[in-house]
Amino acid sequence: MPPQRSSVRVRIHPLGDTALVAELGSRLDTALNTRAIALAAALQKRRDVRRAMAGHGTVTVQFDPDQVSLDALTAAIRRLATRRPPVEEPGRLHRIPVVYDGPDLEEVARERGLTPSQVVEIHVRPIYRVFLVGFVPGWAYMGPLADALVLPRRATPRTQVPAGSVAIAGQETGIYPLVSPGGWHLIGRTSVRLFLPDSDPPSLFRTGDRVKFFALAE
Amino acid sequence: MMPALRVIAPGLLTTVQDAGRPHAIASGVPPGGAMDRFAHAAGNMLVANDRGAASLECTLRGPHLEAERPCLVAITGADLEPRVNGAEAPLWTAVELHAGDRLTFAGRRSGARAYVAIGGGIVADRWLGSMSTNLMVGRGGMHGRVLAQGDLIMVGEAAGRATAERALPDDMRPTYDDHSLRALAGPHAARLLPESRQSLFSTVFQVSPDSNRMGYRLEGARLEAPGDELLSFGLVAGAVQLPSGGKPILLMADHQTAGGYPVVAVVATASISIAAQLAPGDELRFVETTIERALEMRASQREVLDSLTT
Repeated sequence: MPPQRSSVRVRIHPLGDTALVAELGSRLDTALNTRAIALAAALQKRRDVRRAMAGHGTVTVQFDPDQVSLDALTAAIRRLATRRPPVEEPGRLHRIPVVYDGPDLEEVARERGLTPSQVVEIHVRPIYRVFLVGFVPGWAYMGPLADALVLPRRATPRTQVPAGSVAIAGQETGIYPLVSPGGWHLIGRTSVRLFLPDSDPPSLFRTGDRVKFFALAE
Repeated sequence: MMPALRVIAPGLLTTVQDAGRPHAIASGVPPGGAMDRFAHAAGNMLVANDRGAASLECTLRGPHLEAERPCLVAITGADLEPRVNGAEAPLWTAVELHAGDRLTFAGRRSGARAYVAIGGGIVADRWLGSMSTNLMVGRGGMHGRVLAQGDLIMVGEAAGRATAERALPDDMRPTYDDHSLRALAGPHAARLLPESRQSLFSTVFQVSPDSNRMGYRLEGARLEAPGDELLSFGLVAGAVQLPSGGKPILLMADHQTAGGYPVVAVVATASISIAAQLAPGDELRFVETTIERALEMRASQREVLDSLTT
């Protein structure tokens, strides 16, 4: 068999004068995320790349414009993106207890034509994948969320979301590790600590980990 | 390591900052570091430190400090009216302090953030590779907090080659009166409605009171960039994100490492130093530029810093 070369179209968007976003795709998809992680790892080895950070289906690359031009780096990224990503080991499984009493639970239920307890049932059912650790220290974007719970983010982000808030937005779910601003719908809370400032890395979750929520009575 | 300065009064918001912890973004930890990298680096170089050494970032109202021993300091960035023993002290200049000398700040003439670099560099808590203070998580710098009365600021061994009165020539000093930030169209600029795109690059925005080292919320024209929700991606300082409420947010040094709002513009590296000198209530404008022009500006800033190499 000939070596398998996938045809990945990469779109390159400049992000200011010293960074770019390489977009492999815009769907929430484990295979796409695995590719983005592999591309980021390959780019991070280059001397002209300062930092390469995988998003869901993107890689944000901060580069040294004294060592490489945007065009040359673009060509290198297109070349690297055709490589097959390594087979991924299953990530660690975390079980997270949640009290489902968030301030937006009722509204989420109403918006989606469900009862609050149905929202909870649907939220605890899947094992979610950690697609990306980022936003604030220890935050993990997890998904995919069942279609029945998909809602856009709030129009205006809250300026202060309590730590431990379990939230949903779009096709994803997450837990606010710290008091922080945030635009997601808050459906519950957990006492599990996600940000571990005295550990290195300081995050409980890592990209590729698996997460299962379960409901606690108050 | 030895005590260099004692904090008599901490000022409004004074923190230890260095060049930040860029690698910590993998865990969602903001890169942090000095808001105004140019003024921060210049201060260090004037006292013969590495350009990424830790120094003090003083916001709007500076601290009162007393020298514990002879030391060389340089005050750069905002003009917060620095004084040594009551007499006006020069900016962008290495100044010798004797034991017992008092460094104070009398007001705000221009800019928002002044840097106090000390010969030898500040030695403080290191967290994830950097001494920068992250106030959100309470780590780095002076035990993860703003300076407080009675704190002792410790420094390392000063390089012997530093001399007082070394200064950045007048014509190389930035001025903070022009709040026009050069910016490039962002990855999602094409989503902007035509009138929103025009407003973004032609109207004046005001830095809202709800602004800090993480970012500036901007008041002004309401911008619209409709489209499908985006999956989150890695962000950089200078990115202008647009939540669906239509009020843009300019990300600064302690910015969120990833986000899913459209990024409609990105401030040029060289202009981030100017943005760092804005305070709530200040007005700013985004002026569209090209990558080539942005890189030229970045190169000329670097030449200025290189001219200070000892």
